[in-house]
Amino acid sequence: MRYETERTRRRGHADTATDTLARGLGLFSIALGIAEIAAPRALARALGMKGQEGLIAGYGVREIATGIGILASKDPTPWIWGRVAGDGLDLATLATALEGNNPKKGNVGIAMAAVAGVTALDVYCAQTLSRESPHPLPPLQDYSNRTGYPRGIEQSHGAASDFEVPRDFRTPEALRPYTQPEASRHPQPSM
Amino acid sequence: MKALVWHGTTDIRCDSVPDPQIEHPRDAIIKVTSCAICGSDLHLYDHFMPGMKSGDIMGHETMGEVVEVGSETKGKLKVGDRVVIPFTIICGECDQCKRGNFSVCERTNRNGHIAAKAFGHTTAGLFGYTHLTGGYPGGQAEYLRVPFADTTHIKVPDGIPDEKLLFLSDIFPTGWQAAVQCDIQPTDTVAIWGAGPVGQMAIRSAILLGAKQVIVIDRVPERLAMAEAGGAITINFDEESVIERLNELTNGKGPEKCIDAVGMEAHAAGTVDAMYDRVKQATMMETDRPHVLREMAYVCRPAGTLSVPGVYGGLLDKIPFGAIMNKGLTIRTGQTHVNRWTDDLLRRIEEGQIDPSFVITHTVSLDEGPDMYKIFRDKQDGCIKVVIKP
Repeated sequence: MRYETERTRRRGHADTATDTLARGLGLFSIALGIAEIAAPRALARALGMKGQEGLIAGYGVREIATGIGILASKDPTPWIWGRVAGDGLDLATLATALEGNNPKKGNVGIAMAAVAGVTALDVYCAQTLSRESPHPLPPLQDYSNRTGYPRGIEQSHGAASDFEVPRDFRTPEALRPYTQPEASRHPQPSM
Repeated sequence: MKALVWHGTTDIRCDSVPDPQIEHPRDAIIKVTSCAICGSDLHLYDHFMPGMKSGDIMGHETMGEVVEVGSETKGKLKVGDRVVIPFTIICGECDQCKRGNFSVCERTNRNGHIAAKAFGHTTAGLFGYTHLTGGYPGGQAEYLRVPFADTTHIKVPDGIPDEKLLFLSDIFPTGWQAAVQCDIQPTDTVAIWGAGPVGQMAIRSAILLGAKQVIVIDRVPERLAMAEAGGAITINFDEESVIERLNELTNGKGPEKCIDAVGMEAHAAGTVDAMYDRVKQATMMETDRPHVLREMAYVCRPAGTLSVPGVYGGLLDKIPFGAIMNKGLTIRTGQTHVNRWTDDLLRRIEEGQIDPSFVITHTVSLDEGPDMYKIFRDKQDGCIKVVIKP
């Protein structure tokens, strides 16, 4: 069967959308980490956190490690929870930049809002993954004989052609020529 | 009696609750012989639908035997009658009921003023489906009080097993109406998103109504296998592009008729709009995830029809109305007008055109019900349809 593939069956849970989200967060983690390592001075300047370049670069290393963990592990759940913890650390660090006469408080506020948004996503992803079963799917049930047609599909195809669609559910007359090829024999309406 | 009771998000328990009583002369009490968990119950389980209160009894797919009747049901219902109970409670007397629009009955929703605030006007009362629809106790229980029982029932004959008849309460007429809303022509390709129970019924309905080609979109192997058994061509959206494959199967023209049997909790992996919906829903900026609606509007053949039996609850973002308008699509939606179709469908079951019991994968007791919610929600153990025997 075409749909019985390795990818469909290897997952321990049905919600592959959350896996995709986790992968997205892993990629985001790596990208952010690279930016923090590559440009700690520019980030420090933008946030009014001069003198903390080393800390920012260190956080970059943490981001990359977490991202690799998410992408490389069989079960990304603990790594996503790790991201949640890291988000808390980021927010706490940014909060220190709101103290005193930092002229870049506006930027810090924007950065905190962005981190808060990502945190919400991390928490959602971690919670969803935690709810899902870590066990592999049991073998496929065989439903290939569940036709639902006691007389067989050939006999049943069109068996309800005696049914008259109620007037309120009919395709509007004006649309019928477009959906029924046999009607193309009739003149097409002019513009 | 025992009943499955909602206590909060993903918290359903089998509790002992008081037996129902006749509260109105049009009421009846039935002893439940079979009931089922519906896909739309999962919206309550996950608490995506507002309006649930702790202590509410779940369930709107129920059948059983009449054990007590109110004074105004006499002549239409009597003790001992075998009945399937439609999920929509209907008065049979209002303007909408007289037109056959039973799911928007104007009189049975005792919290109609709340529904009117949410939707502009009230819709029918429903069993076990939030206080927006009346807060009526549901049928996942040993007994059920049926309001407006003289009209809210489908009498069924003895000699046919419950399993063949139970789904007249909801999913069979829902799949049927989804197909009927498409006004299927012998030249039509019908694409159905979602191979859950309603999708499976929609497939069989489209085949019975003579569609040229039925295509189903899902990703759960067991569901796709069951869809294929029903005569559908399958698309696994985890494995291939839905748009490309649908165009390929229709010579680039797109399906004439599209059915959304998914609703508000679409699971579309790897698409930008699905990710967007997840983020917005997680941050409470959007109630529903309408990926399927967007995909249908985009791929549907111009002048085609979108039929939406899937349940939506609130506000949806980024609906491509430009595509809908410019392609001249017709949209038909709604909860099912169950009693409008059931006489005809019962005849088709009796004649052997269809046996809806094909969809049942699990049969359990009420005590096992709470666990089955999780198994059904997570699509574990090949679960497609759960029947409960109280």
